[in-house]
Amino acid sequence: MKSNLLKSLRLTLVFCVFFSVFYIFVLWVFAKVAGPNGGNAEVVLLDGKVVGGANVGQKFTKDIYFWGRPSCAGDGYDASSSCGSNKGTTNEEYLAEVESRVDTFLVKHPYLKREEVPADIVTASGSGLDPDISVASAYAQVKRVATARGLSEEKVKEIVGMTLQGPLCGMFGPAKVNVLKLNLALDENAD
Amino acid sequence: MNTEILGSVLQVVLMVVLAYPLGRYIAKVYKGERVWTDFMAPVEKWMFRLSGINPAESMNWKKFLVALLTINVFWFFWGMFLLVAQGHLPLNPDGNPGQTPDQAFNTCISFMVNCNLQHYSGESGLTYFTQLFVIMLFQFITAATGMAALAGIFRAMAARTTSDFGNFWALLVKSCTRVLFPLALVVGFILIVEGVPMGFDGKMEVTTLEGETQMISQGPAAAIVPIKQLGTNGGGYFGVNSSHPLENPTFLTNMVECWSILVIPMAMVFALGFYLKRKKLAFTIFGVMLFAYLVGVVGAHYFEMRGSDQIARMGISQELGSMEGKEIRVGSAGTALWSQTTTVTSNGSVNGMHDSLTPMTGMLAMLNMMINCWFGGVGVGFMNYYVFIIIAVFISGLMVGRTPEFLGRKVEAREMKIAMIVALSHPFFILLFTAIASFLVAHDPELAATWLNNPSFHGLSEMLYEYTSSAANNGSGFEGLSDNTYFWNYTCGIVLIMGRYLPIVGQVAIAGLLAGKKFIPESAGTLKTDTSTFAIMTFLVIFIVAALSFFPVLTLGPIADYLSF
Repeated sequence: MKSNLLKSLRLTLVFCVFFSVFYIFVLWVFAKVAGPNGGNAEVVLLDGKVVGGANVGQKFTKDIYFWGRPSCAGDGYDASSSCGSNKGTTNEEYLAEVESRVDTFLVKHPYLKREEVPADIVTASGSGLDPDISVASAYAQVKRVATARGLSEEKVKEIVGMTLQGPLCGMFGPAKVNVLKLNLALDENAD
Repeated sequence: MNTEILGSVLQVVLMVVLAYPLGRYIAKVYKGERVWTDFMAPVEKWMFRLSGINPAESMNWKKFLVALLTINVFWFFWGMFLLVAQGHLPLNPDGNPGQTPDQAFNTCISFMVNCNLQHYSGESGLTYFTQLFVIMLFQFITAATGMAALAGIFRAMAARTTSDFGNFWALLVKSCTRVLFPLALVVGFILIVEGVPMGFDGKMEVTTLEGETQMISQGPAAAIVPIKQLGTNGGGYFGVNSSHPLENPTFLTNMVECWSILVIPMAMVFALGFYLKRKKLAFTIFGVMLFAYLVGVVGAHYFEMRGSDQIARMGISQELGSMEGKEIRVGSAGTALWSQTTTVTSNGSVNGMHDSLTPMTGMLAMLNMMINCWFGGVGVGFMNYYVFIIIAVFISGLMVGRTPEFLGRKVEAREMKIAMIVALSHPFFILLFTAIASFLVAHDPELAATWLNNPSFHGLSEMLYEYTSSAANNGSGFEGLSDNTYFWNYTCGIVLIMGRYLPIVGQVAIAGLLAGKKFIPESAGTLKTDTSTFAIMTFLVIFIVAALSFFPVLTLGPIADYLSF
């Protein structure tokens, strides 16, 4: 027993050196060299200034921007406390909340029919930090953004089309639109 | 065809195709044959020398178990100490405090037993130091513990009559250096290139396009994510696990991470075939497991991609399926596949919130954990299946009037008793504690309000899921449950310990007892265990013992939830 304990202690320390130091070091060096931002979260720039994480959603409320999905992380898109709603799909209270989100969305987008509201734009993401919206959700907002910016719908649609990311290799997984990159493209276009 | 479904198909195909050569490799490693990673041998030699271990010393099953349990007890104290003291230790740029003793108790046990149930959120509940010297370290070494135990059982099954189980320490080290370490490195490289952070700076402060300040938690995530997937650990770096866009930024990372969950458990079944030179036996076992897994996968895809009935009644478009608690880049199919993959193994990582799955998918996920032997955790999953093989051998032996024997050894009363205790303890602990918790909730509405995030049937599901996940050492949760309380921290801790060590001790004991018996060569009177008839028999035994024990409570939870709309 005693010799086993001693072996356990020594082996654990050896594992610490091997994994918690050596393995970490290899990956850390690799990230410095090959990571998109040297090991930190990847960022996007506007005029050389950091305006957000490339993969981290942020809150948009102004009419000139496309909006992301509802978020339960902190007060909404709090990237230091990721969280989903954890609501069961049969929870009455939750369903009433979704219902009111649908109504709000329709008020802001009066040109849409009810069956044209995509579910993802009124349901909260798992992380509360989803950087993307579905393609349908992007096109649903085009008219509002175009009006607010005084651009033609075609122009905004064109920008959405440019930012749209298709499935992996065109075959696997869903298509998506990164909200921050889309709004950035709009802002850059305005200059 | 739908690109989301194609994505899922590709993931499953890649798992099966790559698990086969990996299984052959693992068998060679445990047999000590020559493999391409032999350049690690000098490193291992140093590790043995520094730890005072003689890797050539042979152990019988009792010695093997004592070594295994001793190092686990040691890890418990190691983890407890560091978690409580983390506030005063280095590598804490965000100034996070130490954990309370009850929370540290739960965290420590949960990682020690390879479960990774988390009653804290990674961003604020841990420091970079404890992430690396407790969480990540445990994710490697506890996974290796399970693999070493299985390697010992392989050895006992392969030999004719033996008391030799191999050397626990050597198997533990080799599982780390030869299997987990190289795979984790490769997966880590892919994740880093795709944008998973791997640094030691504190939170990043950015000013958003609309001029608000956003603090972004980051850190050495790309080191922890590979091993939490590969070692069927599941404990995420961030609170929301792989739904977090920094832990799982693209569909490619999602595929790689989901693949990593199942590849080693699948490979272990093939490894059995190569090790024992009984490929047919391995294929039949693999067939049963794959079938059961795919049934769940197809069901989950159907229910998630179809969307929620309640949302459908609002008259909005659910073209992408049920999206509550899911991420766009993963999609409803991606979460459906992951929800089943993570529960057939004892992984427990998630890429969407399980609490928000449609009721029937939630039930399939629970059923996987209740049965707990379709592939299962690295090493231990197959060992659970092994218990059911022993039971199936005994029952079929009695049915056709032949002596029950498995791989040339008679199965007698003593092994059967152990097998039954192991098989029944799983439903016993889950149901007992769920009953206690629901009794408390039913008699104290205030308590119900503080614990549960959802009322009625779904509330019962939340509690049932928590104990099922604990007993199966899975670690995923219906996270709406407010589980960071004395009651949940301690009761789950107890269930976790029982769910891990009782089976391991029982299974190693059965293998040890059988290995010590006289070898009976196969004859015309032998019950064949590598036929499809026997495979179906095992499936039925598992279904009757494991699944039906839970049928009443599943009816009250998810099924009632589904029917109540």
